[in-house]
Amino acid sequence: MKLKELFFKKFVVTSEIGPPKGWQIDKLFLDIKELKNKVDAINVTDNQSSVMRLSSLVVSKLLKDNGFEPVYQITCRDRNRLALQSDILGAAAFGIENLLLLTGDHTKLGDHPQSKPVFDLDSVSLIYTVKQKLEQGLDLAGNKLDGEPPKFCVGAVVSPCADNLDSQLKKMEQKIKVGAEFFQTQAVYDIDKFAKFTEKAKNFGVPVMAGIVILKSVGMAKYMNENVAGVYVPDNLIEELKKDKDKTKSGQTGIEISARLIQQLKPLCQGIHLMPLGWDDKVSEILKKSGI
Amino acid sequence: MIFTQQKSTEEIVKMLEGNKNIFLISCSGCAEVCETGGEKVCILLKEKLQQAGFNIVSCCNVDFMCNKLLVSLKISRYKQKINEADCILVLSCGIGVQSAAMVIEKPVYPANNTLYLGGFQGIWPSMERCAECGDCVLDLTGGICPITNCSKSLLNGPCGGAKNGKCEIDKELDCGWEKIYRRLESIGKLDNLRKLIKIRDYAKMFPKTELRKSIFYDIEK
Repeated sequence: MKLKELFFKKFVVTSEIGPPKGWQIDKLFLDIKELKNKVDAINVTDNQSSVMRLSSLVVSKLLKDNGFEPVYQITCRDRNRLALQSDILGAAAFGIENLLLLTGDHTKLGDHPQSKPVFDLDSVSLIYTVKQKLEQGLDLAGNKLDGEPPKFCVGAVVSPCADNLDSQLKKMEQKIKVGAEFFQTQAVYDIDKFAKFTEKAKNFGVPVMAGIVILKSVGMAKYMNENVAGVYVPDNLIEELKKDKDKTKSGQTGIEISARLIQQLKPLCQGIHLMPLGWDDKVSEILKKSGI
Repeated sequence: MIFTQQKSTEEIVKMLEGNKNIFLISCSGCAEVCETGGEKVCILLKEKLQQAGFNIVSCCNVDFMCNKLLVSLKISRYKQKINEADCILVLSCGIGVQSAAMVIEKPVYPANNTLYLGGFQGIWPSMERCAECGDCVLDLTGGICPITNCSKSLLNGPCGGAKNGKCEIDKELDCGWEKIYRRLESIGKLDNLRKLIKIRDYAKMFPKTELRKSIFYDIEK
């Protein structure tokens, strides 16, 4: 099922999993067991934060085999245009229908800082490659593909609370121009900032799913404020995390904050994208508390 | 020595679309040796542009455009003419275009593609400014090179990794695309960000095999 078809019918909910650093996925499937039928699709990250992990294509295929709808994430950091196209055709062969195409973090941020960052293409040119070339029966060099062209629903990312919003919006526009069909955003904690973003982005007419990262601790909130681009956790939320240490430690504060954010964000967007960062078992409760 | 090749006249004319009055700056360093700069080439290009309907407000030659100081000194005599111009067309390598962009508050366009280095690299070597990509986009990016200024060499705008205007790989490093954004804002060309959908042609940056087969290549060993 292509995500874009769902936006007409309902408020769409996706969650995200990071493949393990190893090949066994039993634990991962145990963690997300409860999510079946509670979320519309599950994103599979591609060597997230430039840390080497099990292939996102393989985990997407395994999700599909186990009755989940995967959103196969692909970054431009680790593959040149041949490998990217080849893997995307592979996804089509596996029946994977939803892609999320990103530039990717720099290799310096991850666990193989010595490696060569590829960035042969970037998010815009990769979306172009899929929508304007592969889906038209051609490869990026213009050679004809054999058989039926693949058909995907292509998503992209945007950072609605970035320092330079105009620059983000311009890039968003470029992504839409080449074929992006929905957007998932960086984590949002500031509703006013998000509202300012949607005020401008709504003119594009492409569905936006607000990003939610569960706050696990005061340290995490402070770390993100210091280091993560486009993420700002306001002081009142940090105070809330500080107030009851045991409650925060158990995850309850994070769950409550996330559920509240979803309620506040819902009127402003077309869906929610949860990034539990390992707290996959908390997703069900968040969704229940938020009332969606 | 930096090898350059003039963009085709059609490409230059297309690039300059929307401008009427043009000021030419030509480099008499490496570019003159490659016949992509210097006085003679500048006059030829001037005539071609006039035929294409542009008004050339004036031209000047700078000995080594990779020396920002030389560029500043030279253009100070042409202040009036530069003010009359809509934009600057630079006949030099990518470094010269960027040095012009740094000292002139007007849109700057590259007449050449920078191909490769042969021996000596100009005299603004303190930072890597030109990656000799062979497909210069400085016209769209306000005279700041995205290939050398962005850690990911992105051609289609910033990634989502910049925080407080700094790059995700180093908190002290300015985000290249933030610099490009600010520059485009200051010259009133933010709309250029909507024109970018570039896919790099790496075939353009590999040194020609003829060069590696030449007798000079063997002598240099």
